[in-house]
Amino acid sequence: MDHFPLNWGRPRNDAIDLYGTYPIAPRNAPKDTFAAGIQHTQQPIVTGTSVLAIKFKDGIMMAADNLASYGSLARFRDIQRLHPVGEHTVIGAGGDMGDFQYIQSILDELMVDEFSAHDGHTLGPAEVHNYLSELMYARRSKMDPLWNSILVGGVKDGQRFLAFVDLLGTTYSAATLATGYGAHIAQPLLRRAVEGRENTLTEAEARKIIEESMQVLFYRDARSLDKYQIATITSAGVHITESLKLETSWSFAEGIRGYGAQTQ
Amino acid sequence: MTSIGTGYDLSASTYSPDGRIFQVEYANKAVENSGTAIGLKVKDGVVLAVEKLVHSKLLVPGANRRIQTVDRHIGLATAGLPADGRTVANRARDEAANHRDTYRSPPPLKTIADRLGHFVQMYTLYSSVRPFGISTILGAVDKDGPALYVIEPSGVFYGYHGAAVGKGRQLAKTELEKLKLSELTAREAVMEAARIIYLVHEDAKEKEFELEMSWIGPESNGHHVAVPKDLFDAAEASAREALVSGLE
Repeated sequence: MDHFPLNWGRPRNDAIDLYGTYPIAPRNAPKDTFAAGIQHTQQPIVTGTSVLAIKFKDGIMMAADNLASYGSLARFRDIQRLHPVGEHTVIGAGGDMGDFQYIQSILDELMVDEFSAHDGHTLGPAEVHNYLSELMYARRSKMDPLWNSILVGGVKDGQRFLAFVDLLGTTYSAATLATGYGAHIAQPLLRRAVEGRENTLTEAEARKIIEESMQVLFYRDARSLDKYQIATITSAGVHITESLKLETSWSFAEGIRGYGAQTQ
Repeated sequence: MTSIGTGYDLSASTYSPDGRIFQVEYANKAVENSGTAIGLKVKDGVVLAVEKLVHSKLLVPGANRRIQTVDRHIGLATAGLPADGRTVANRARDEAANHRDTYRSPPPLKTIADRLGHFVQMYTLYSSVRPFGISTILGAVDKDGPALYVIEPSGVFYGYHGAAVGKGRQLAKTELEKLKLSELTAREAVMEAARIIYLVHEDAKEKEFELEMSWIGPESNGHHVAVPKDLFDAAEASAREALVSGLE
């Protein structure tokens, strides 16, 4: 995952490095004439930012905002980045939203296949996560990755499951997970609030932790939005809220030199 | 049979002088040898039911299903050669997946019936293949509401309010005609479907059979699933009761 949002979804004039990111994002690389025949994904275009998820007593809670950015432009402000897969699982994605929609359709086809088999089995979060990791790894091995980092959370047969997979096929699992900018800003906050208390946190406490972390992210992440959704997965099933509004206060900004009213 | 020995029945690619294709008619005979399958299109859903003849006591109960699922909202019941039924069901799944892939929406049943009709018809054209020995009942609740189609071995398909194929189809059809299908609920239709299957089975005095029933309706959330056990048991019990009281 390219964790530098500046590198995401830039207008495609590679000759100009408008934001002075060189050498972070090398431009004007030597051109391979023969590479033009096949277009591989070289960068994400329309992007979502962080996804957060934690374990709590009864299951998994996940959150993501409703923004899909086009570079630094807040292009789409009503995008749902949490997606239910079957009865037991929710996936949340950062990175390229086109690739995420493609992944949704692949998973839908998979779930229809499993449904048609009518064999009394359904796929749970562990199976969905493994399928995704194989998919992502296969695509990166074709040098044409699906440019996402995805959290997979769910509860099946009384077992909580929470794991990460990214565009390289890397996977890991933990009681708290975050993608994108949230992996830097929110993850330490989540760890402090959750680790060691996964089995005692109530849903209300978990929700408070998630809300506070989303608030911090909205203050700090310039590609985020104060409109977001929370998914709760328990043994009762999947519930994804309507869009929620973050309460933030920006009065302090008046005191910042160069932003507020001061002249000196 | 007048066709035998004339030499016009050896291949599906040969017409008889009066314009018939005997191989297709033989395929229909294969359907007639099979346990009955029926489909009911009612007010709020579709019910499929099959009289599955059990040819051996050694078989595991529930084996060799004749009702299959094509897509979340589409079910399929066949009468005829079971292996042909699975081939057609697999093709139906491919067509449904293809529709989803192309249009990113659940396929309407008419589209699937149309594509499957073409598929079946292809097997009536060449001497190297044998026509499918099955009639297929397709049921769904799609964007236009409940739908029911039957595809015959010739590849023709028609839409129906109530359909019956297989050995007991004549009696089943007369029973279906007595019902006010468009006024029934799916739950009521399950009771009727079980009754009809038990009735046509009794009429034929056949060996053992298993009742198979599935539905698509509001109670199944628009999905094609087996009828829930409590309803299934109730329908089966009342079907047996209706038989006994009918005989008296």
